[in-house]
Amino acid sequence: MYTQAMDIAAARGEDPAPGQVTDAGYQAEFDAKIDRGDFIEPKDWMPEAYRRTLVRQISQHAHSEIVGMLPEGNWIGRAPTLERKAILLAKVQDEGGHGLYLYAAAETLGVSRDTLVEALHAGRAKYSSIFNYPTLTWADVGVIGWLVDGAAIMNQIPLCRCSYGPYARAMIRVCREESFHQRQGYDLLLAMMSGTAAQRDMVQDAVNRWWWPALMMFGPHDAQSLNSGDSTRWGIKRITNDELRQKFVDATIPQAKLLGVTVPDPDLRWNEARGAHDVGAIDWDEFWSVVNGNGPCNQERLAARIRAWEEGAWVREAAMAHAAKSEARAAGGR
Amino acid sequence: MSVAIADDLRAAHVDYLLRLGDSALILGQRLSEWCGHAPVLEEDLALANVALDLIGQARLLLSHAGVLEGHGRDEDQLAFLRAEREFRNVTMVELPNGDFARTVLRNFLFTAFQREVMTGLQGSADAALAAITVKSLKETRYNLEHAAGWVVRLGDGTDESHARIQRAVDELWPYTEEWFAPDAGDEALAGAGIALCWSNTRGAWTDAVTPVLEAATLVIPAGTAFRSTGRLGVHGEHLGPLLSEMQVLQRTYPGATW
Repeated sequence: MYTQAMDIAAARGEDPAPGQVTDAGYQAEFDAKIDRGDFIEPKDWMPEAYRRTLVRQISQHAHSEIVGMLPEGNWIGRAPTLERKAILLAKVQDEGGHGLYLYAAAETLGVSRDTLVEALHAGRAKYSSIFNYPTLTWADVGVIGWLVDGAAIMNQIPLCRCSYGPYARAMIRVCREESFHQRQGYDLLLAMMSGTAAQRDMVQDAVNRWWWPALMMFGPHDAQSLNSGDSTRWGIKRITNDELRQKFVDATIPQAKLLGVTVPDPDLRWNEARGAHDVGAIDWDEFWSVVNGNGPCNQERLAARIRAWEEGAWVREAAMAHAAKSEARAAGGR
Repeated sequence: MSVAIADDLRAAHVDYLLRLGDSALILGQRLSEWCGHAPVLEEDLALANVALDLIGQARLLLSHAGVLEGHGRDEDQLAFLRAEREFRNVTMVELPNGDFARTVLRNFLFTAFQREVMTGLQGSADAALAAITVKSLKETRYNLEHAAGWVVRLGDGTDESHARIQRAVDELWPYTEEWFAPDAGDEALAGAGIALCWSNTRGAWTDAVTPVLEAATLVIPAGTAFRSTGRLGVHGEHLGPLLSEMQVLQRTYPGATW
């Protein structure tokens, strides 16, 4: 059940706030752990900037899982078979579960879930821009599984080895489930591609709409990436945006061929010398426009989250009130 | 003559399975609307779980009904290609979710009913039905516990939550009458050891729900003359739009496989 998350930083009492500890010995110990490839754990000393970076990244990741429930949730009611309905519902539920343990991982850094959610609703925290695109046909459900979850897996597998223990451990479980989702998505598309012409057209249309946004999921080119430097030094980010994007494209193109679809990139070709695919220019104006709130569904996604939170306030209050009353009754009975 | 009786019994048997299966399916469809929109993340997960259990039960029951019917219809043909008047779910499950109080109260009332029915069906002469209920009973007990917890929490919580869940009791309670109405088909099946009369579950159901409603300080309304008739295929106005959404792909692309 729901319990109000405590403000862990405030509750620590005698512990000094992380930012106030500047002892060079602590810093050296932290650096040595990073160099050895040891995990940093919640009770370990850590530089304030490291903590802040992790809170930003883990909470953004958690928010992405929760907002990501919406575009696919759009099709649960219309899934074309009962088996597909159960698979999709279980998948969207998994995304919610990922959000839950990522919020829990963020809470180990001394910030409450409520605070993080409030930052999302106020527009101070971001979530993955991919979820600001609409799901227009049933094929979108399959393409999200195949391309969007596929890109997420590429991004997240290196995080299973990231330096912060709770985040790394959460990611191991997340990646396992995401791999399953990707296969389910691909299976859905295979079924449609062996169906009618209308179904095949739906799949191609969905690939056309999701291909470029999926490539944008890896973030700006390395030269423009703001947060990479420190994150790399701290063992949070181990592979660059462009390297991950390349791996994704190289893994995905053979899958597209097997499926019988094309990707909407006239410049895409195999580069024998590099042993990799060359990719056409990504429209970064579109990327930044969506990041900055002007994608097709930004307003609706955030509004849906805020509405659920506000309309649920009385439920959370009731749960807290009942818990307090029960406690008081138990104390009275003792 | 005996063939005619056997046919009648078979029709009643199929109907009985559809009443169970359709009720599970339609409530599962309704509950899945919450996914992504619940008051707290834990409840997004919990309500999705209940919906998944119900959809799972519906798949088993509809598949079994299709086999017994003998017209080659599988779970999907029964779920996606029947019209409103052919659905046999009780009316309460097709009503819109309303607020969280109404949702959990409906889950509570209906799951308690399901538990009593399934408990009685474990010894059914229909071995497949018995096996389905044995499997479903465990998850049903868990879902009932979850719903009952929220009924007490909301009834006892704040003035607002109490008022909301009392309103849900007032609105939904009349729809429970349908569940226990005598039915000739059920009686014939009960005579053959296949099913139990739904009217026989009333006592156990009342004994199960009353203490929870009392613990939640909720008042059970006086009986009214209202009777819903969904399980006879005469529904309210909410089932049609629900089916329009649920069936849209199968209806738009006839014969396609997914």
